[in-house]
Amino acid sequence: MADLAAERLGWEPAPRQGWVAPHIASEFPGLGIAWVEVDAKPGRSPDSVRRRLRDLSDRTYGSQAIRLRERPIPWAYRVFFRQIGLDPDRTRIPVEQLTLDRLHDGGFASHGLPADALNIAIVETGVALRAFDADRLAGSLCIRDSAPGESLPGAPGELPGGTLTIADEERPVALLFGATGEGFGVVKETRRLALASVQVKGVPQIAVEEALWMAASTLEAA
Amino acid sequence: MPALLKREEFAGLGTGIDERRARLELRRQIGRLEAELAGLFGEAFGHTEVAHRVDAVASGPRLLDLGELEAIRDRLAERIGEARQALVERRQVEDENRALVERMLAAPQDFKWVRVSRQDLGLPGCGHWHSRPRLGPLGMLMGWWRVKVSSGCPLARRLAAVDDEVEAREEEAGRGEAGEAGRAETRQAGLCS
Repeated sequence: MADLAAERLGWEPAPRQGWVAPHIASEFPGLGIAWVEVDAKPGRSPDSVRRRLRDLSDRTYGSQAIRLRERPIPWAYRVFFRQIGLDPDRTRIPVEQLTLDRLHDGGFASHGLPADALNIAIVETGVALRAFDADRLAGSLCIRDSAPGESLPGAPGELPGGTLTIADEERPVALLFGATGEGFGVVKETRRLALASVQVKGVPQIAVEEALWMAASTLEAA
Repeated sequence: MPALLKREEFAGLGTGIDERRARLELRRQIGRLEAELAGLFGEAFGHTEVAHRVDAVASGPRLLDLGELEAIRDRLAERIGEARQALVERRQVEDENRALVERMLAAPQDFKWVRVSRQDLGLPGCGHWHSRPRLGPLGMLMGWWRVKVSSGCPLARRLAAVDDEVEAREEEAGRGEAGEAGRAETRQAGLCS
């Protein structure tokens, strides 16, 4: 479906739809992962991206932050956080975290690429995005629970059984809405990025595509 | 009796227990309650404190069992009850304050020095109603009381303390650059004692 939509929009590369473990998909209808790969390297954001962050800062107010959780997409992520045992007022959903940082810092601070591209897309759409080093991933991304004895690369100890993770075809690469495994995040040497979005029930497919497109096109234009 | 609690026995009776459907239903309820709590939080913000936090039941993201989902659902429902109660109490206070302002306007002399802010009435912006005497001490002696309505928020400008700080810094920088000659000139101009 994502491929069709991208084709219709004439957008290349089309986002790829990941796999969700069947027993998790049956518990969380609407849960999905989509990603797109982009040739880009991390670095300082160009002026156009910095200007866009400033414009976005001017459009973001405190009153919006209070009412953010009533909007459909942030609400959907907050509900999902509760449903997987997280407290969304402690482990913030990405758009809420960015909005609070904006209020705290007085503006969206530039953190370079790809962080700025992701942040722009997250604030504009509300969709949760994250970036991986595409060359380190083995095959497709998926959402599954951890198997006994599995651990997150770079993290001490085993993952508690049933921990929800984003995984490639070999191992978990990140916790779902949590830490990224060592070696899978974006580093100076990264030359190809995998921009991934986690979709939950209540987040429309078009918003996911828009978020991925926005982040990818910002990176490609830089 | 304990045998009745065994699942196999239920299966034998043809009574299937589908916990998955129960979990889905609890997740649906959590979604609805979260929306309601978000609405109450937005409504209460700036008027009164609403306890809206429900602590995490897991240290990381995972599938929750029926009991854990029930616990979250119940805590959300509790928070909503508390938030509603807090809002009702706040509205009562605001209504009382509104009535007080009306009584103050009708008979200011009965409410000497009483001051009610717009915030006390749940209104946005700055300002207050203040019962005070006309013409200061003379009005106090004569019993000429009135309710003065403030003109609103102060205009946005730099704090006087900031101006003082900037001036002091500029003065210091000027002194450093000018050196001894500058200092002598300043003395001549009578700026330093």
